[in-house]
This record gives sequence, C-alpha cells and structure tokens, in this order.
Amino acid sequence: MSTATSHSHAPAHGHAVDHHHEPGFWQKYIFSTDHKMIGIQYGLTSLFFLLFGFILVMCMRFQLANPEAPIPVFGKLLELILGDAAKGGSMTADLYNSFGAMHGTIMVFLAIVPLAFGAFGNYVTPLQIGAPDMAFPRLNMASYHLFFWGGVLMIASFFVPGGSAKSGWTSYSPLATVAEFGKPFNGQTMWLIGMVILITSSLLGAVNFITTIIQLRAKGMSWMRLPFFVWAQFVTGFLLLLAFPPLEAAGVLQLSDNLLHTSFFLPNGLVVSGQQLPVSGGGSPLLWQHLFWFLGHPEVYVLILPAMGIVSEVIANNTRKPLWGYRSMVYAAMSIGFLSFIVWAHHMYLTGMGTKVSTFFQTTTMMISIPSVMILTALFVSLWGGSIRFNTPMLFALAFLPMFGIGGLTGLPLGFNASDIYLHDSYYVIGHFHYVVAPGTIFAMFAGIYFWFPKMTGRYMNELLGKIHFWISLIAMNLVFAPMFIQGMRGMSRRMADGGTAYYGADDIALTLNKSITHAAVLLGLGQIPFIINLFMSIKNGRKVENDNPWKATTLDWATPTPPPHGNFAAEPVVFRGPYEYSAPGSKADFLPQDQKS
Amino acid sequence: MEIPYTYKPRPDTGLYNAKVGIWLFLASEIMLFGALFSSYILLRVQSPEGLWPIVEGGWPSGLLNIPIGTFNTAVLITSSVTVVLAWAALKMNNFAAFRRYMVVTLVCAFGFLGIKSFEYNEKFTHYELRMTDGSAHTGHLEVNGKHPGFWDFGAIYNLERLQSESVTEVKFTFDPPKPKPGEKQEAHAHETKTIAVGDIAKLRTFTPSTHTFFGIYFVITALHGLHVLGGALVLGYFAFPGASMWKSNPEQFTNRIEVAGLFWHFVDLVWIFLFPVVYLL
Repeated sequence: MSTATSHSHAPAHGHAVDHHHEPGFWQKYIFSTDHKMIGIQYGLTSLFFLLFGFILVMCMRFQLANPEAPIPVFGKLLELILGDAAKGGSMTADLYNSFGAMHGTIMVFLAIVPLAFGAFGNYVTPLQIGAPDMAFPRLNMASYHLFFWGGVLMIASFFVPGGSAKSGWTSYSPLATVAEFGKPFNGQTMWLIGMVILITSSLLGAVNFITTIIQLRAKGMSWMRLPFFVWAQFVTGFLLLLAFPPLEAAGVLQLSDNLLHTSFFLPNGLVVSGQQLPVSGGGSPLLWQHLFWFLGHPEVYVLILPAMGIVSEVIANNTRKPLWGYRSMVYAAMSIGFLSFIVWAHHMYLTGMGTKVSTFFQTTTMMISIPSVMILTALFVSLWGGSIRFNTPMLFALAFLPMFGIGGLTGLPLGFNASDIYLHDSYYVIGHFHYVVAPGTIFAMFAGIYFWFPKMTGRYMNELLGKIHFWISLIAMNLVFAPMFIQGMRGMSRRMADGGTAYYGADDIALTLNKSITHAAVLLGLGQIPFIINLFMSIKNGRKVENDNPWKATTLDWATPTPPPHGNFAAEPVVFRGPYEYSAPGSKADFLPQDQKS
Repeated sequence: MEIPYTYKPRPDTGLYNAKVGIWLFLASEIMLFGALFSSYILLRVQSPEGLWPIVEGGWPSGLLNIPIGTFNTAVLITSSVTVVLAWAALKMNNFAAFRRYMVVTLVCAFGFLGIKSFEYNEKFTHYELRMTDGSAHTGHLEVNGKHPGFWDFGAIYNLERLQSESVTEVKFTFDPPKPKPGEKQEAHAHETKTIAVGDIAKLRTFTPSTHTFFGIYFVITALHGLHVLGGALVLGYFAFPGASMWKSNPEQFTNRIEVAGLFWHFVDLVWIFLFPVVYLL
C-alpha cells in the first residue's frame, strides 16, 4: 500500500481483500470481533448515553430556573415513567439529587470515556499503527458487552423502589450508605454493581490497547514515529489500568457496607434521623474519598488525553505542518500520566486531612499543570505559519484550545488550598470542569467524528450543517458555563435542588443567571439537532470521498481501503518516516505518508 | 492479514501478545489488592480503642485459626510448584507428566477452597456473648441440644431469635482463655455452662458486620477465593477439554499454560501477603 494515496479503492475492491465469508447480522453487528465494528458500537452507544445524560441535566436546569414548576411537555412523560417521584410533572428534591448523581455518572463513565477511549481508540488506534486488528479481538468484544450491560443496569436503577443513586457521582460515604439504609436492593447498590461491571470493561479494554500498541506496530513503526493520538491512547490505557482497580476495591467495600452491613466507611456513633445506626462502626469516611479520588483524578486525564490526541491529528492535518514539539508533547503526556497518580487529594482539602498533606498535594497539582500547558502550547505554536483549512473538524479542534485553556486555568484557584476553601462545592467548580469536559473534550470528540467519518463510511459529513452545529455549540456552551463562575464566586452551592432560592443570602444576580443559563442550555440542545441529522443523513447521502485519503493525511489510517475491510490493510504496511511530514521542502505533494518510501 | 505474534514472540519485545496482556492484567490486580491492603492498614491504624469488648485494644488478633491457615498456605505453595512442573513437562514434550501435575494443582486448588470454607463455617458458628453483667465471652452455642452443622445458617441464633422462639436457656461452651505473651498455654478443658436467656445482653456470630476486622478479612479472602476458583476453572479447562490443542498447536498450548501459570502464581502471592497480615499480625 505504499502508493495508496494515488489509488482510489471502490468499496467492492475492499471486499476482495476480505477472504472470510459474509457473516450474518448477529455476527456482523452484535457479536463482532472486528475492532472497527466494536468502535462503531461503542460510538453509537456512548452518543446515546451522551444524549441521555444531557436530557437529565435539562430537567435539572429547568428546575433550577423555575423551582418546583412543572416541566413543560417532558414533565408529563416523567410522571408517567417515574410515578410519584415526579408528581405533577415537577421534580422533587430527591429526584433532582438522583438526576444529578446519574448525570455525572453517565456522562463520565458511559459517555465520554467510552467515546474517547472505546470508540476512537478502537477504530483508529489499530489503523494508525498498521495492525490488522486488536491483539485480543474476543476480549475486545467482551469489553463492549460488559460496558453495554453496565449501562443498562445504570438506567434500570431509575426504576427500583427509592429511585437511582442520589448521593452525587462521587457517592461519598456515609451518605451513600445511609440514604436508603435497610433496603438492600436500592439504587446505590445497582450503581455499585454497574460500576464494578464498567470498571471491568475498562480494565479489559486497557489491557487490550496497551498490548496492541506494544506488540502490533507495523514494520518500521518505532515509538517516536507513532502518531500523537496513539501516544495519548497508550498513556490513557495505563491510567485506566492502574487507577480503576482501587475504585473497584472501594466499590466492593461500599457494596458490602450496603448489603452485609459492614462499617468500612461508617464511623462510630453515626446517628441518622435521631437514631444510632445499628452497625459496628469503626470505619473511615475519608477512606472512601481517598479510594474514589485515586481513580477520580487520573480519570480527568482519561477524559482529556484522547481529546488532545484527536485535536493533534486534526490540527497537524489542517495546518499542513508538522506538529511543533512532537517529542515534548510525548514526554508531556507521559509526565501527565505519572503525575496524575499523585494529585488526588486536592479534591479533599476541606475534609480536614491536615495542612501538611494539603501542601503536598497542592504542590503536585501545580506541577501537573506544566505538562498540560506544554501540550496546549505546542498545539498553539503549531498553528503559526500554517496555511489553515477551516473545515468543520478544524473549527472544533481550534475551539478546543481556548476552551480547554479556560477550563485548565480556572482549575488553578481550586488547586490552591487557600482559595479552594472558598470556592469548594460552589458553582465555580461546576463551571471549571464543564469547561474542560464539554467545550473541551466533547468538542474534540466532534472534531474526531467529522474527521474520521469519511474513512468509516466513504462519505463526507455536510459542511454547512457542521458549521451551524459548531457555531451554535460554541456560543451556547460559553453562555451556559461562563456565568457559573460568577455564581460560584457569589457563593452559590452546587447541590441545591431549588437553585438557591431558599438559601439565605442568595442574591438576585445568581438567581437571574440561573434563568439565562437554562435558556442557553436549550439553545445548546437545539444546536445538536443539525449534528444528529448530519450524522445519519451523511451515511447514505453525504458527498462521496474522491479517494482513500480525502484529507491528504500522512498517518497509516488513511492508507487503508475505504471503509477498511476485515484485516484493514490490503498488504502489510511498512513505515519509513515520522507521523507528520507535511510540506516537506523539495517534495512534490505537500504531504509524505508514513508508508511512502520517498 | 492475520494478527501477528499470537504465540510466536515479537523480535524486539521478545514476548508474545498474551504474555504482555497477562502482565498488564496482573499489574491491575496488584492495584486492586493493593487498594484493599491499604484499606486494611488505614482501618487498623485508626481503629478506635475499646469499641469491641471481646478484644483488648482497637484491633482483634488471635481470632483466626493459625494452624489451618498455615496448612492452607502450604497447599497453595504446593500448587504453585506443580503448575510450573506442568509447564516444564510440556516444554520437555511429556504430556502424561503435564496431566499428572495439573491434577495435583487442581486437587490443591479445590483443597484450598474446601479448607477455606471450613474456616468460614467456623467463624459463622462462633459466637460472641455479652451478659447483662457486662462480661464478654466467645464460644459455641447449643440450643435445644443442637449445634449448627456445616454451612447450616438456619441453626444460627441471635438474641432476638432466641426470644421470639421462646427459648429460656441455652448451653454455651466457652473458648479457653488466651495465654498472655510469654506464658505457656495451659491444658484447659472447654467449659460448658447453661445460661438463662434473660441474662444475655447480646449474642451474635462472627460475620462481616461484627467488626471492621472481620469485614476486611471476609472481603479480601472472599475476593482471593474467587480468584482461586477462576484460576482453577481455567487450569481445569486446559488440563482436560482444552488439552486437545496440544495436538494441533503445541507451542501455543504451552504458552497458554505459562500464562495461566503466571496468574496462578499471582493468586498464590496474594495469599503469601494475606496470611501474615490477617492471621499473624
């Protein structure tokens, strides 16, 4: 395939490479072991969960703007499904709490991580390293199926008596255990079982990814010739591999607190509703927080590293320039991976764990901002002097840079012990991490979808719809999340079911902003309609790609037939050069693919 | 294209895929058990004094059966040795010896689980008794002339159950008093007394909810037991139905035994840490 770019492979040609007989529906779409089909399964499932999580938060936003008013249209449906919890179509405080907890859980564990790691990682990584598939295809299938059933369990938890988990996505003990104490099969129990399944899925996925990248690199694909996306996935794999098991341990311990009435996280003399809890006591609520955040913080980088990888690919391709500081970026990603394991307790400054401990974690937290800034700077400098193509994927990738920048910089006051004491658990925190995840990671995911869609289907997505989607999303995202910083600095707490109306001292500005944020959130929701239409319409009706490499890219994923057949490559690829040789002086085309000899 | 290096090693890493995979998996397992051991340390260090009158200080010790635990350690180490011998037998092309060693490994694995379930049963039928006069004891209970049988949860009583079944008196066999450090254990007969139910303030067996010590003991050993069971099932599959691969692809089959063996050693290693931590310290 060394001259793949000059060829145009009709899909029929691609099938000729596939020696296997055509599998049936179940084999092909449900129990597939092909990394590309599994990637698409992950992608569609996680996009569904993304929408589901968004609908949950839309209900919450309506409640915040109009406390205790019945939700129009949707409220009736909610009452029909959930019964008394949504009596009259308005949200009870319990329902608000359970939606809040499930919004966080679903967005993090069922939407973003599977989309970033499961979908893009599965589809793109083997292609970019020149591998025929993942190292363990059946394990790959098992990861997806575990993820799917974990998700089903999470959604089913809305229907158990008492409703789903309602103690925040962090499920702090003892609240999580005492919320429904005495009912063994409650929403929290479902949440924990679901989490253990999801964690197992991620673990198996991580083992598979790392093995694939170590073992299945094509001939000539040395470590420093790996595209940055692959490096990002590689580091992410290690984060998932090593950070998730402690949460699995914590989940098992909290599960036994709920089911066997042990006291791992329940302290002595715990009194609930005026009665001492009938447990032995002697446990430690702080232990849960340590175990949770030992996962929780690396998890943040699980969310952001694949996003950075996607953005790097899109930016290098659309500036027609090599990435500036590729090596530094790789080392920065590795430093992030290492440092992310020793910053977790900056989420716990207010727990009274001691100033010395806080000082240590404050220092490491400031250290980890350095490699993050290195990557962001390298991407910014990469734009310098490029002849930029402003297509939809590039717009999303460009917007990622300042949006993630805002998210990162607003994190610094939270990383400092002194300023965090004031800002902790306020809307400022919500604004901060949503800037990282929503216009940050999700924008990168959109960039990736628009960018690799032609490889997956052989057709472009519509540019006009894409640009409408982009501009509405960008404006609405900022209108939603920027005012939250103001609310937070004015002291509005993040956990109030009525948006703070009943809160003594809540001022008009914070309450007025609640309304404007809700309006912007509606706009954001409407802005996703062009995307959904575009995604499904373009599969059949999009403009056809001219050849296998429509973006004129250098990496191996574009050296495959379109869409790639089972086994990916027509012939074993051999790599001769680094990943981003764009506009090399003296070459005829403005790009030199990795598998092109000269 | 076929997936490369499924059983032939990749030249630059020197490893086949499954070996990389299992080491990565074991790394995650270390984090799993590492977190549980860390929890054990934290729970023990900050355990409040005097919470449980059965033991002196904040943390119980001496409530587990050390001779049985030691024996079980030996059983598991034996199985670890035989699984290596089984792999070595395949390397030397001796399938009959492989099967022999695998059978010994499996016998050890299920032996370990059997002994462990005996220990669990011992705990679930071992009572903590607190009298209305404030004294606290441990021992075994006899209600209406009956002791609970093996994993016989229906015969386990607490105070509420005794009262609701209108039992007026029970027989209680006290554990012999523990010798002080440096003292020799005296030959002490188990003393049995008849106790009126009215004099009992609290009665319960040793379950996970009794104390965080038993909580963490049961959780870690149960999780370890599940690993033993899982490992034994995989080894059992390779020893019997999966062994047909020896004919079609001996190299890959030998690799499978090696990878399963690595997992088995890990399970063994967890126990090597677990035994001193929960039984001896």
